[in-house]
Amino acid sequence: MFDLKSIKVAWFLGYRQLVRSSWWSNLLIVLIMVLTFLNLVVISGLLVGLIQGASNAVKENYIADIIITKLPEKSFIENSPKIINIIENTPQVESYTARYITSGTLESNYKDRSNFDENPGRVSTIIAGIDPHKEDTVTGIKDNLIEGDFLEKDDFDKIVLGAFLLEKYLNIDSPGFLVLKDIKIGSKIRVDINGNTREMIVKGILKSKTDEIDRRAFIVDSQLRSMMGRDDNNVGEISIRIQPDQDPNFVKGIFIKNGVDEFAKVQTFEEGRPKFLDDITKTFNLLGTIISSIGLAVAAITVFIVIFINAITRRKYIGIMKAIGVNGKTLELSYIIQSLVYAIIGSIIGLFVVYVILIPYVDANPINFPFSDGILVAPILSTSIRVAILIVVTALAGYIPSRIIIRKNTLNSILGRN
Amino acid sequence: MKNIIEAKGIVKTFVSGKIETPVLKGVDINVKEGEFLSIMGRSGAGKSTLMYQLSLLDDPTDGQIHVDGTDVLSLNNREKTLFRLNHLGYVFQDYALVPELTAAENVALPLLLRGIPQTVAIEKAIDMLHKLGLERQVKNLPSQLSGGEQQRVSVARAIIDEPKIIFSDEPTANLDAESARVVIDLLKDLNKKGQTIVMVTHEEEYGKETDRIVRLSDGKIESEEIINHQKLR
Repeated sequence: MFDLKSIKVAWFLGYRQLVRSSWWSNLLIVLIMVLTFLNLVVISGLLVGLIQGASNAVKENYIADIIITKLPEKSFIENSPKIINIIENTPQVESYTARYITSGTLESNYKDRSNFDENPGRVSTIIAGIDPHKEDTVTGIKDNLIEGDFLEKDDFDKIVLGAFLLEKYLNIDSPGFLVLKDIKIGSKIRVDINGNTREMIVKGILKSKTDEIDRRAFIVDSQLRSMMGRDDNNVGEISIRIQPDQDPNFVKGIFIKNGVDEFAKVQTFEEGRPKFLDDITKTFNLLGTIISSIGLAVAAITVFIVIFINAITRRKYIGIMKAIGVNGKTLELSYIIQSLVYAIIGSIIGLFVVYVILIPYVDANPINFPFSDGILVAPILSTSIRVAILIVVTALAGYIPSRIIIRKNTLNSILGRN
Repeated sequence: MKNIIEAKGIVKTFVSGKIETPVLKGVDINVKEGEFLSIMGRSGAGKSTLMYQLSLLDDPTDGQIHVDGTDVLSLNNREKTLFRLNHLGYVFQDYALVPELTAAENVALPLLLRGIPQTVAIEKAIDMLHKLGLERQVKNLPSQLSGGEQQRVSVARAIIDEPKIIFSDEPTANLDAESARVVIDLLKDLNKKGQTIVMVTHEEEYGKETDRIVRLSDGKIESEEIINHQKLR
């Protein structure tokens, strides 16, 4: 389409037109390109990052890299000691935490209730029995404490509550969401597991933006085991953190090879995370693309207008250049080059802003949404595609108006005739 | 001397809606190789229009034009552009320099179009500007040059690639007498070296300095006056 000579002449003309035109207008167009780039990458990146933040929270606070759970028809993981032994003897495993899981009831106002007409402050929830040290090693659960302290290994009759069990953190007036009222650190609540009731002191309150944690209550594993009347050491779930350089699927394969899947369901984080997160991610991606497309169209129209005005005001000189032998394609290419320079400079600045400033900043200071710590997600491949789209659209936006003007009759252009 | 331009029965009619305006009404004109021809006439006589037809900037409504043996009306737009690049040079009334190119870059442009490397082309352009007394203006943009200087740059651009014919449309019209004299002398010098020049002018004084004057009136050749009989014999 273009020979080397045409490209050289087009560059010669396009480059000089760029550097010798108004720096303010150049700056303005580049700014529009940067904003368009940010619109393309950041809007969808934040929308996806919102969900990615929630997903990351589930991984950090609950599932870790691999989670082993009971089979659907069972109420616990059979042969848990054997499975734990396999986990402990797998070198790729960095740490693990085994949780006893049962349902139970928490009651807050059992002492103050003056008559039986008053609603009891009672919630049914999942109670997890944990080894506090192991749990913290895997999930860093202590970091999510918003009040009080976390459990110690010998903390009998002490309980840590998820924030969504408490009215002050989940102020929803709905029969479906029962919460405990007037709970603070040191409050006593009654814990009922299979008819076995103990009075416990609230030692801490957790808020992790992970429903699985925030709707649970935690006590030490030995006490839960005794309240459940369990002496077989069979746990309800095991979250496993693997070495940073290991592939979860490979480690999962090791467990399956050792027969863990006969007694339990083994899932990587990707498999075990809530599926609605994937659906929302897709929806937000689409939403981000729609918003970005509008921005892209605005940028394309802006470049179109700028190049059109530029070409129409230079119509006489375009005619003269055609008269002295510059062919139309070379002139069109000179305008495409100008558009490309705008798009490329805008993209480079945009890439710098996104990867050097915004992503590190948002990673360090996640956006505090009610259900997630939002981050900015901008995978290189996806960003590269968006850069390519921006460049192609901008080149077209430069090409079309220049073609309209350049195709006009040479003499009419020189003489300014229509 | 052989004819480098042979034009026969040139008709140009402008059409605007239902209104037809004939500007050239069957002009026959030949230009000899090495000739300095001036086309003169009153305003609206059709002199510039005739030059545009001969110089391939416009297509006549009817007629035949051969330039350097080529039937130029049979060429498509791309071929015409190439033909203009390879055979013709232009000097316009309003200089027509590309505003974002320096004097040297404007002059170098035809060389670049021929594929000559940029550094070589710029060097040649600077040499040419030196010859025309513009050594201090080589890096100036057109907006930093006087009218006379711009027209000399325009002439330099027209001749840098040694075209067969230079077409010059009212080259002195926008210049003061002193600058106009410099440009006319420049064209005469080029012609002395064998350059064919077709110049449109309305100034009798400069027309008299060419080899032949063709006068147009109402779209037809009114008269022809040979000045340099010896040369055109």
